[in-house]
Amino acid sequence: MSDFKKPQTTAEYEANFPQLKPLMDANMAYYESSRCLFCYDAPCIKACPTSIDIPLFIKQINTENLTGAAKTIYSANFFGHTCGKVCPTEVLCEGACVYNEQDVKPIEIGRLQSHATTDAIRKDKSIFKKADANGKSVAVVGAGPGGIACASELATLGYQVDIFEAKAKPSGLAMHGTAPYKIANQDVMDEVAYLQRQLGFKVIYNKNIDTRRELNTLESKYDAIFLGIGLGDTRSTGTPGEQLENCIGATEFIEQLKLDPLSVTVGKKVVVIGGGNTAMDAASESARLGADVTLVYRRSKEAKGAYEFEYDLAKSVGVKALFSTNVTEIIGDQKVAQLKCIKTQSTDGKLENVDGSEFTIECDFLIRATGQIKQKDFLDLAGLQYDNRGKVKVDSESGQCSNPIYFAGGDAVNGGAEVVNACAEGKSAAQGIHSYIINK
Amino acid sequence: MADLRANLAGITSPNPFWLASAPPTNSGYQIMKAFDAGWGGAVWKTMGVPVVNVSSRYGAVNYRDTRMMGFNNIELITDRPLSDNLREIEEVKKYFPDHAVIASLMVQTREEWHQIIKDVENAGADGIELNFGCPHGMCERGMGSAVGQEPNVLKTITMWAKEVAQVPVIVKLTPNITDITEPARAAAAGGADAISLINTVQSIVNVDLDTFAPNPSVDGKSTHGGYCGPAVKPIALNMVKSCAQDRDVNIPISGIGGIETWRDATEHMLLGASNVQVCTAAMHYGFGIVREMKAGLEDYMDSKGFETLYDLIGKSVPKVESWEHLNLNYKIIAEIDNTKCIGCQLCYIACEDGAHQAIGLSEINGERTPHIIEENCVGCNLCSLVCPVEECITMVDVTKNKTHESWSDYMNNGKAPTTFDDDRAGGKHHWVPEPKDALKKRK
Ligand SMILES: Cc1cc2nc3c(=O)[nH]c(=O)nc-3n(C[C@H](O)[C@H](O)[C@H](O)COP(=O)(O)OP(=O)(O)OC[C@H]3O[C@@H](n4cnc5c(N)ncnc54)[C@H](O)[C@@H]3O)c2cc1C
Ligand SMILES: Cc1cc2nc3c(=O)[nH]c(=O)nc-3n(C[C@H](O)[C@H](O)[C@H](O)COP(=O)(O)O)c2cc1C
Ligand code: SF4
Repeated sequence: MSDFKKPQTTAEYEANFPQLKPLMDANMAYYESSRCLFCYDAPCIKACPTSIDIPLFIKQINTENLTGAAKTIYSANFFGHTCGKVCPTEVLCEGACVYNEQDVKPIEIGRLQSHATTDAIRKDKSIFKKADANGKSVAVVGAGPGGIACASELATLGYQVDIFEAKAKPSGLAMHGTAPYKIANQDVMDEVAYLQRQLGFKVIYNKNIDTRRELNTLESKYDAIFLGIGLGDTRSTGTPGEQLENCIGATEFIEQLKLDPLSVTVGKKVVVIGGGNTAMDAASESARLGADVTLVYRRSKEAKGAYEFEYDLAKSVGVKALFSTNVTEIIGDQKVAQLKCIKTQSTDGKLENVDGSEFTIECDFLIRATGQIKQKDFLDLAGLQYDNRGKVKVDSESGQCSNPIYFAGGDAVNGGAEVVNACAEGKSAAQGIHSYIINK
Repeated sequence: MADLRANLAGITSPNPFWLASAPPTNSGYQIMKAFDAGWGGAVWKTMGVPVVNVSSRYGAVNYRDTRMMGFNNIELITDRPLSDNLREIEEVKKYFPDHAVIASLMVQTREEWHQIIKDVENAGADGIELNFGCPHGMCERGMGSAVGQEPNVLKTITMWAKEVAQVPVIVKLTPNITDITEPARAAAAGGADAISLINTVQSIVNVDLDTFAPNPSVDGKSTHGGYCGPAVKPIALNMVKSCAQDRDVNIPISGIGGIETWRDATEHMLLGASNVQVCTAAMHYGFGIVREMKAGLEDYMDSKGFETLYDLIGKSVPKVESWEHLNLNYKIIAEIDNTKCIGCQLCYIACEDGAHQAIGLSEINGERTPHIIEENCVGCNLCSLVCPVEECITMVDVTKNKTHESWSDYMNNGKAPTTFDDDRAGGKHHWVPEPKDALKKRK
């Protein structure tokens, strides 16, 4: 039995998905910021992919200079607010805090960060330095964190930037993917709207760039093109029965949940296949929708890709797990009814099914969190090189692709990481674009 | 955007943040590193005849989880040969011509003063600071605070310095004196171009309860040291204000003492300092701390529409009056925001035991929120100061009589109490419980 009832109203939905990192009030922020030691060469900065000067912004919060704190954060990371809430801080900045060495609770860096940025967003503070328009323009494909970070940085450098986005809303998986208990959609939207108001890049929505003609136009009209196209749909594992009803890819499931939560119906017995971050999120989410959830992962518990705290979070809402288990067939008439499984074992790093260990489990809703496909079709269309795993090949510093007018960053390049990585890569690619254009 | 450029008696620097003469300015290496990190100037560790220091030199006051809220040292002036310092001054100025390099000096005879001033000027120093402040070790040799505590001697030595100095002369004052304006006036009378204050306050920070020796302990014994760090800021601010207000002082001030954040620095400048100097914060956190100070000051100035430092320097000076001119008709009382109260009842017990029994408890339904008994509240602020919740207890203006009447007006108008049982006593009709009520709760 699940601890949760299926939410029927927005209020019930919000009650089932309370924020893990709610905003701090001024009092909490003051106490928490007072604890920061202002370490030299601080480990938290080194652990942040965008290298935010964390001790500085915390000291600025502590000295009631919230504007300065927001400046410090945004000068390093354009998704400062979103990152404060969705970053896996336990393995990034907060995981590096020296207090951990003494078994003292690390500083709540993520929440302090959101505290400072909220103030800037709500008050629409002008904190960005912007160069005069330089008459050059750049096209960005994809309004995810990578694309928006790149556009924002370019705007500060004086470029006119147009972003082309396939979906109706900005911010890519930062909104369509991140778990509802990490951040509310509105928070992500507000941050993007703030950046757009302050920096003035343009976003053209519902505009999927998928023809050679469109690319030709971009190539001739703009001085450079940044690709922040992320990854594609959930990858098929070729398991028989995948086409059955009530069998859905995790990112598609989560997107539907994020866009229209009350329309989502999961069954009574949900199985999530996978052991990564997305699998844990999907399991937690379906449990909070009232389902009895079992996670099935073909490798061992230790080998799972998800962070320990994500697994703990899933367990805390009643998710059960079957490790070292392969789903070999999905059985059902129209709809998923049962899963045929087999135990696995790893010998010399090779995963093998254990003969004779077959069993079946009941399941009326199957979520496949088996990774996302890479955007090879698009890259072929653009004539860009990618590696054997489908990741765009770029110069690691400038983000420049095999065709010099193209630059890329984010999931499409790193194969799927976090929002903060896409932000870092988008921003540094903007610098790469800048030096490419001025040296052209 | 705010312009942070500073000017102290003609000594210019890219920003008002200088390192005070102390270990962080012991060498050219440190000062170059500091300038690179963003400091605008540095006062070289006091030069003179090099000393020999003891080992175990510092002690600290930790307040709860805050380390080094107060800091104390028993160090002397530089222990490095003068020629090394001179060579390094020259080198620093080569790399950083626009930054302020000030030579802090402490010697004895007129000839020595003349010689060393010429030496440091030749090396390229932009100014000279006469260290009349060191409160330990050097004063016993007739220098440092021994000079700072004798206005006449201070004036004479300042005149010696001015006889030869081509660059501005700053006199650094000791706070270990009853009235800071006396040495400040003497400095001005001696021709000083500016004063800097405060140096450290004589102190013993703590005693080891097992060895019975105070810290820092040198082979089982200690000596009084000089106190600095955040703890001394209030003392420094008051002294800076006093010098800024004194017509006979009337020379620029470099504010020192307890500066760790942009707020501390801004307070010093609002009370009249043209720039500031920092020691303990740099010793605690390194030179990187300046990035918070610079950013904070800049953001503050932008938010207030201040374009240059002159828009804020001294702005608070007219806001400090002597007590007799404060308005006795002004009346505030405390107000508790029930929605914010967390029920610690610290305000209750503070007022009950430490002030005027103006807060009541209403333990209905386990509700722990106290309430203000308005007629008893004298508006002392205590409850709002002990309250751990931001903006939970605020002081609200309930002034009825809108005329301004001060103690001097009271004196002039015959409203001031003059006898022991005078009916005009301020607390005459103020309710206090009966003494025996104190034992009511005793079981
Ligand atoms: C389920 C899930 C949960 C996650 N949770 C977290 C989390 O809690 N914390 C965290 O830090 N990270 C999380 N991530 C990862 C994070 O969301 C991504 O790493 C990040 O969003 C990548 O940014 P991006 O800009 O590279 O790509 P995306 O966010 O994928 O954005 C790409 C954008 O490009 C658009 N696009 C693609 N192709 C085209 C085209 N041809 N024409 C026009 N537009 C196009 C897409 O519509 C999309 O809006 C999660 C990811 C998933 C899948
Ligand atoms: C270890 C130490 C050594 C110092 N040495 C000197 C010195 O040589 N000359 C001097 O003028 N002041 C000296 N001072 C005093 C500082 O310059 C400064 O006036 C004082 O520390 C107050 O500032 P603060 O609160 O920022 O530390 C010293 C202070 C410390 C802590
Ligand atoms: S700080 Fe520590 S290591 Fe450095 S000189 Fe002082 S006692 Fe020695």
